[in-house]
Formats: sequence, structure tokens, C-alpha cells
Amino acid sequence: MSETITVNLKIWRQEGPNTKGSFEKYTQQITTEASFLEMIDLLNEELNNQGLEPVAIESDCREGICGTCGVMINGQAHGPRKATTTCQLHMREFSDGDEIVIEPFRAVSFPVIRDLVVDRSPFDQIIESGGYISVNTGAASDANLTPVPKEAADQAFDAAACIGCGACVAACPNSAAQLFTSAKLAHMASLPQGQAERWKRTESMVGTMEEFFGSCTNHGECHEACPKEINLDFIAFMNRDYMKAKVKNRALSGQR
Amino acid sequence: MTQTTTERYRVKPIRQSRREWPFPLNLYQTAVGRKWVMALTGIGLLGFVLIHMIGNLHVYEGPAKMHEYAESLRNLGSGILPRSLILWLLRLGLMVMFALHLHSAITLKEMSRKSSLNASFQGGEKKYEGGREYIAANYASRTMRWTGPIIALFLFYHLADLTWGWWLGDDFVPGDPYHNLYSSLSRIPVAIFYVVANMALAWHIFHGAWSMFQSLGINNPKYNHLRKGFAASFAGLILLGNLSFPIMTQANLIDEDERLCQVNDLASNDEILACLTKQLEDH
Repeated sequence: MSETITVNLKIWRQEGPNTKGSFEKYTQQITTEASFLEMIDLLNEELNNQGLEPVAIESDCREGICGTCGVMINGQAHGPRKATTTCQLHMREFSDGDEIVIEPFRAVSFPVIRDLVVDRSPFDQIIESGGYISVNTGAASDANLTPVPKEAADQAFDAAACIGCGACVAACPNSAAQLFTSAKLAHMASLPQGQAERWKRTESMVGTMEEFFGSCTNHGECHEACPKEINLDFIAFMNRDYMKAKVKNRALSGQR
Repeated sequence: MTQTTTERYRVKPIRQSRREWPFPLNLYQTAVGRKWVMALTGIGLLGFVLIHMIGNLHVYEGPAKMHEYAESLRNLGSGILPRSLILWLLRLGLMVMFALHLHSAITLKEMSRKSSLNASFQGGEKKYEGGREYIAANYASRTMRWTGPIIALFLFYHLADLTWGWWLGDDFVPGDPYHNLYSSLSRIPVAIFYVVANMALAWHIFHGAWSMFQSLGINNPKYNHLRKGFAASFAGLILLGNLSFPIMTQANLIDEDERLCQVNDLASNDEILACLTKQLEDH
């Protein structure tokens, strides 16, 4: 059942990091079968034909796993559909004549590069400050050499589902990056392989996070915005681990 | 368009990490540590609010029992330590907890504001042009910074009203809380203020008593579902108890008509207190 609808777009245009941006209005006819990014592609093609500058928007895999394509759509990160990235959002979510406001993720540490593209490199810095885990390189070790309880493996997998898109920071009224950081921490800290550097990693990743982002007040908006539905429980996990990391006598952490 | 630089481009941090203070003060330097402080002081203040409410229920037993309750607070630990010492230590603890709770709240809010400056703001909240429909954040969680100051103002009024007796003037009888409470809450504007402030308090507790579990990392799928229920019932209990005082006074269920030790111009404070003590002994 495909139909063609007309949507009124209101898109944030900004030349560069240091220029002032503003909203521009466009009208676009589009089939409801199209994805949100395809709709922008068509708009850009028209803008190109008219000799105008196309709207800058980031995208990569277009299958919802790379975390590149996040924008705010009508005030919601990745748009109105739950657990869906912008690229996986389809125009059937909108109806004829709708106004769609598209703007970049907002946070001081996510400066706009151009139009809808923001610099999310502070996330990379959080990851970098986490350092390494002690897994041997070389030939793959025997399967099941290190026993991992099923529940722990499941939790690590849930945490690892985070694609680092930044929707949590964008949706947070405090621009806090707790959900991202805690998912990355829980991913490692849930598994036996991540134990050796657990406390050092927790301390330094939280430290880096606090250099860039705001402070969590447990609203829970990040979880609702998250395309991977990362759980708030990881934030509690991080808070607990951080305090342990500060208090622990790490000379004893080789003991069970 | 492509720029090549030898140096890697980096977003500048908003905060520089400073030299670390010695343990355990270094915990207070970090935002997560400050949330711990907020949660722990919050627990202390919750305990106070609960005991304060339960203690005040003695008002329904009449002036003499209320006087006895007030005296028992001053006599805490008086078998070993000087009278009122424990009470003053508790008061000191409350003051410190209140100050820490306030300071960490203000500084954390400032940190969040600094990290959202490039977004548009409405009423101090980060906003998007496309409207911002909150899905998970409830009214209580978003109004913590309004209910907080209301409670602080109320606390000041409450102390000045019933501890220092600023507004009751000659009608204020130190050591006779029943009379002071009645005189204060029988004035309609004061009763309304008490109702509003206690609603703000319950609202504040409704988010705080849940949020503290997250801040302290008390999280386990086995009991997570109980946490919000705990917060709601705690807030409800405090609300119910505290609202009963102004409402019952206005409904004349707390009144001084049948009082044995009448407070009037003739009786001095000491006489009233002696009368109350005698009434207890007679009982």
C-alpha cells in the first residue's frame, strides 16, 4: 500500500562550526515506502539540480547498526518510532501535510560541523580513555576456555548493542552521557575478560565523560530515545562500580 | 572542503580535571560522587522527615503528651551525656546534610547547564525547535529544582515560626509545641502555605526516593520493580501525615477548648510547663 504524501520540512541549516544557523523550509513529495534518509536524498537531488547547497546529513550503513545517522525529528532523537534509528524510520510514520522539524543533536560537546552533522568525537575520547583489556592476541583460544555464566553473557551483549549514536545525550535534558558510558563499561565489566582493568577503566572513562557532559538526574529520557533500548540499569551499575573503583585497594584485586 | 591537519582535531572539554583532593574528599570532586552525596544526604533527610512526621502525631494525644515528646527529644541520651547534646548533634548533622544536598544540587545543575548551552532554553530546560515531548521524565523529576527551593524556603519559615517564634510574638510558648502549632496553623494563610509546601515536599520525595537507588547503584532485577512503589508510598505517607496537621487544625480537631493548662496573659511560660508536667504525672 504505497501512497504519495507531501511533507513540509523545516531543516536546520548551518554553514560551519562557527557560523550562525537557522531553519529553512522545504516541501517534499514522497512515497510512504521511502525511508527517512531516502526522502532527504531526494530533497538533496532537487536542491542540487537547482544549484543550491544540499543538506548535510551523516549516514553510513543504513541498516541501523552503525550509529551515524542520528538527528532530532520533531524533537525526538531518531524520530517518533521506538527502538529505531533515523535510517530505519520510514515515511509511513508520517501523514500528508505533516510538518517535520529536523535539527541536529544538541550538546555543547557535540558541536555542529555542518547542517545536521555534529562532531561526536568526545565519545571516542571516552572510549580511548578506557584503554585496553587483557585478551591474548594470536590464534583464537579454545571455545569455552573461559567459562562465562549465561546471564553475564546476555548482559554484556545487551550493553554491547550500543551503537554510540549520541541519541542519549541529545535527548537528555542535562546533556549527560551516562547511558553511553555505562553501556560501554558494563559491556566489559560483565565479562571475566574485562576484570583485570575494570576499576582503572571505570575511573578514567567516567572522568573523561565528566569533562564533556552534564550530570545525570535519572529522568530516563535516554533509554526512551535509545535506538537499541539500552537499559537504565547500566547507569546504576556504573555508579556502583565507580564508587568501588575509588575505594578499592587494587593491590588485592587479583584475589577472589 | 577537506581539511588536512597534522594535529588531530579534538572537541575541547567543558571542564578541566583539577588536582585530586585526598580521599575521601576526592569523591566530592566528581559528578558521580556528588550524586552519591545527594543520595546519602537524601536518605538522611528522608529519615528526618519520617521521624518528624511520626513524632508530630503525638499532637493527637493532647498538649501534655506533645510536651512529653518534645522533652524526650531534649533528653535523648541524657543518662550519659549532657542534656540536649544528642539533640544538638542531630541538628548539626541535619544542617550539614542539608547544606551538602543543596550545594551538590546547585553545582550539578550548573554543570548540566554548561553542557547544553548551544541548545535553546525554555524555563531553564533544554529545548528543541520541534517541541520536546518528554516520554520518561515525569513532572516530579523535571521540577526538582523548583520543589527544592520551595522546601528550603518553607524550612526557613517553619523554623522561624515554630522554633524561634518570630511571628507568634507573645503567643509563642517555648516548650509547649501543641499551643504553638495550634496558634500558627489556625491562621488560614499559614495553613495554606503548609499544605502547598508539603505537597512540594512529597513531589520532591516521589522522584528523590526512587532516584537515590540509581545514584547509589542499588539495582537488581529482583527488586527493581519495588523501587518506584517504595518512593510513591513513602511520599504518600509523608504527605498524608504532614497534611493532617494544618487540615485538622482548620477543622477544629486540634484545638485548645478543652485544654487543662490554659495559655493566657496571666500564666507565665514556667507555670504552663509546670502544669503540663503535673498533668502527665497525674495521668
